[in-house]
Amino acid sequence: MADDVAPVLEARGISKRFPGVLALDDVSLALRPGQAHALVGENGAGKSTLIKVFTGVYRPDGGELRYRGGPAAFGTPMEAQRAGISTIYQEVNLVPMMSVARNLLLGREPRGRFGVIDAAAMYDEAARVLAGYGVETDVRRPLRALGVGAQQMVALARAVSVDARVVIMDEPTSSLEPREVETLFGVIGRLRDSGIAVLYVSHRLDELYRVCDQVTILRDGRLAHTGPLAGLGRLDLISLMLGRDLNEVRSHGLTSFSRERHAEAARQPGDAGRAPARGPVVEARGLTRRHVLDGVDVSVRPGEVVGLGGLLGAGRTETAKAIVGALPLDGGQVLVAGAPLRAGSTSAAIRAGVSLLPEDRKAEGIIPTLSVRENIALAALPALGRAGVVSEAKIDRVVEIFMRRLRIKAASPHQLVCELSGGNQQKVLLARWLAVRPKVLLLDEPTRGIDVGAKAEVQALIDELAGEGLGVLLISSDLEELVEGADRILVLREGAVVGELAGDEVTEERIMATIAEQADG
Amino acid sequence: MAELTSRQGGGRAAVLKPQVYAWVQDYGVYAAVLALLLFNVLFTPHFLDASNFRTQLVQVTPVVIVSLGMALVIGTQGIDLSVGSVMALAAALTVLYLGYGWLPALAVAVLGGAVVGAAGGALVAYVGVQPIVATLALLVGVRGLANVLVPQLVEFRNPGLIALGSSAVAGIPVIVLIAAALTAIVLFVVRRTTFGRQVVAIGGNRPASELSGLPVRRVLLTVYVISGLLAALAGVLATARLQASDPTSLGQFIELSAITAVVVGGTPLTGGRIRVLSTVMGALLMQLLAATLIKHNLPQSWTQMVQAVIILAAVYATRKRGSR
Repeated sequence: MADDVAPVLEARGISKRFPGVLALDDVSLALRPGQAHALVGENGAGKSTLIKVFTGVYRPDGGELRYRGGPAAFGTPMEAQRAGISTIYQEVNLVPMMSVARNLLLGREPRGRFGVIDAAAMYDEAARVLAGYGVETDVRRPLRALGVGAQQMVALARAVSVDARVVIMDEPTSSLEPREVETLFGVIGRLRDSGIAVLYVSHRLDELYRVCDQVTILRDGRLAHTGPLAGLGRLDLISLMLGRDLNEVRSHGLTSFSRERHAEAARQPGDAGRAPARGPVVEARGLTRRHVLDGVDVSVRPGEVVGLGGLLGAGRTETAKAIVGALPLDGGQVLVAGAPLRAGSTSAAIRAGVSLLPEDRKAEGIIPTLSVRENIALAALPALGRAGVVSEAKIDRVVEIFMRRLRIKAASPHQLVCELSGGNQQKVLLARWLAVRPKVLLLDEPTRGIDVGAKAEVQALIDELAGEGLGVLLISSDLEELVEGADRILVLREGAVVGELAGDEVTEERIMATIAEQADG
Repeated sequence: MAELTSRQGGGRAAVLKPQVYAWVQDYGVYAAVLALLLFNVLFTPHFLDASNFRTQLVQVTPVVIVSLGMALVIGTQGIDLSVGSVMALAAALTVLYLGYGWLPALAVAVLGGAVVGAAGGALVAYVGVQPIVATLALLVGVRGLANVLVPQLVEFRNPGLIALGSSAVAGIPVIVLIAAALTAIVLFVVRRTTFGRQVVAIGGNRPASELSGLPVRRVLLTVYVISGLLAALAGVLATARLQASDPTSLGQFIELSAITAVVVGGTPLTGGRIRVLSTVMGALLMQLLAATLIKHNLPQSWTQMVQAVIILAAVYATRKRGSR
């Protein structure tokens, strides 16, 4: 396309450091007027950080930000917005209690005499603007009365109507209906025609290929690729995102999973004589939730490690949460050892033997105000006492066993858990679950953000537990970990299972190929 | 470079500070109470008289009992503003049912407190109303209910109830013994029961507690019921001591005194920690402070300003560890 046009917004060698991590390392990206530019990358790749640099939330530690031909330094998001850079975030960031019109024109209300807001003019203008976005509503109603999709359209209309030259969209379609997505694409087309640059962040490949001209791929805070999207195949795009050179995919052996157990596990299903009770220990049927899950079926047998593959936002975490009853469902059922599980009850799932190690250790895992000991004992408390009075001796025994078995490094069991390293925190959470003796463990990114040594230990432990007959559902964005850890892999895309790989098919290539397959239509 | 060195300097200071903070947070209240006692022994005439001690303890008893429940609620990241009105309701119910004997009247009053607590707890746990809003509604409404039941001050002559409020065992007033026993019970619940651990865990991280299969809603509901129960008991004891039921003014602003006791005791308002004994010490500290200043002929307004300083100091000390 028009690569010769001067960029309107440009990052040149941007670096941004946070305590302990280099979130952006020498990243460059040029947004040109009239182009839609896709920004993709897995969790922690640095997309959000880059957006926040563009919008003045963060100041870069190195490199240069250029806007309209000159160096730019936005001190605040307000400055960036005034200069013409508008952002639409995943969560609609408007004022739900105020009217649609006020939200749309906030800070730019038409004024009458004495600076009083001219309400009539405001409502007329709002209705006129919104009609262009397919939103037909009474603009005097509070914003929260609108559906999420319509709210997002208001946010978009607001972003564009402030004389924007650059519009940044972060996962704009995640809560939209198909019809609304079409409207959004129409709007993006109009933006491009009128010379506005669009930065489009999404994990839905179909969308990227429909609306974007350029693509920039980030991985681990570094620039993995930038260029026109048209010449780049889906498989190449995914392998760049996941950091897997297609030619090097076959070299294994970096994880701590043992090959023998998998060979054995692969043999066993057919070996009826040795394994009579090989029915699934947990079976989920038709898990469905609007916009999130679309009829997902998963089953895990005792001693089996089932991997969930797919890109971010494909519904892996949601599937795991739905199985333990932590995600309200529109439809579907979970059976444990053949018996249906009460819907929406995490404690029922735990009693039945299904536990989830959540993805977000800080927000959903550790209790920061409590000690290592209390964190380990938490889920097993009812069993570690009598008549509601805890037995310190029993707790001490369990805590000691697991601190030794998982090699948890803490000054003492009474140390606050928030003072431990990420790897040790993760082990504490694993101990919490092992203490309730589950039949199935759902592990959501069990090795993310922990050091290499702890990672190897956790991987070896998964193997060991499966060897003892525990069923494991493994979610990992680390393809190598997934391939070497899992006996069987279900690939998810946009909330649906799009492929199942078993035996020799469990390879990084096949996973990526399955993710990359064209969706119907 | 300048940035780097300044950061290192900050780091060195931070090595020392957390320990100081931790010490102040853990033992600050005890130290303050001790210091105040020492000051009074040295400079206040007649301070060591038994009658003076008794008066101080009797006066602080309702606050202590109410703040025990408040500490549990605050431990879950909540707050219970309805406690003063629950005391008033308990006073009204006590005098209404006194005809059946003082024990049945006490039972009805405590039951009333539990019902109010259950209402607040249900709003918080099941409806999802913010604790401050839910209990603010009850603060207003329950006071009104108490005034409807007993519109003006009613004196009574039930010997059993009067004895509850004024008799003593081995020189220690019965109501002080009751407060001590309640403190011991709450301490046991917090430290040794599954419920106590669950309360703290929910306050520390609610999503994690839910994923760990804790009965989050039931625990929250129970916490508010306990708070209502304790407040009602405090209301009955205060009524017994006054020898009159006064729903119009009994327990007014006690929610603030209770919150103060909890905060000064080092329990963070962000939840996840409950310090029972320190809460009692917090209540004692505020009482002792007021008494000291009055004994030295300083006006009430002085007491208030000094109390403000102590609250701020306590919050400042609590602040650091929470951010880790």
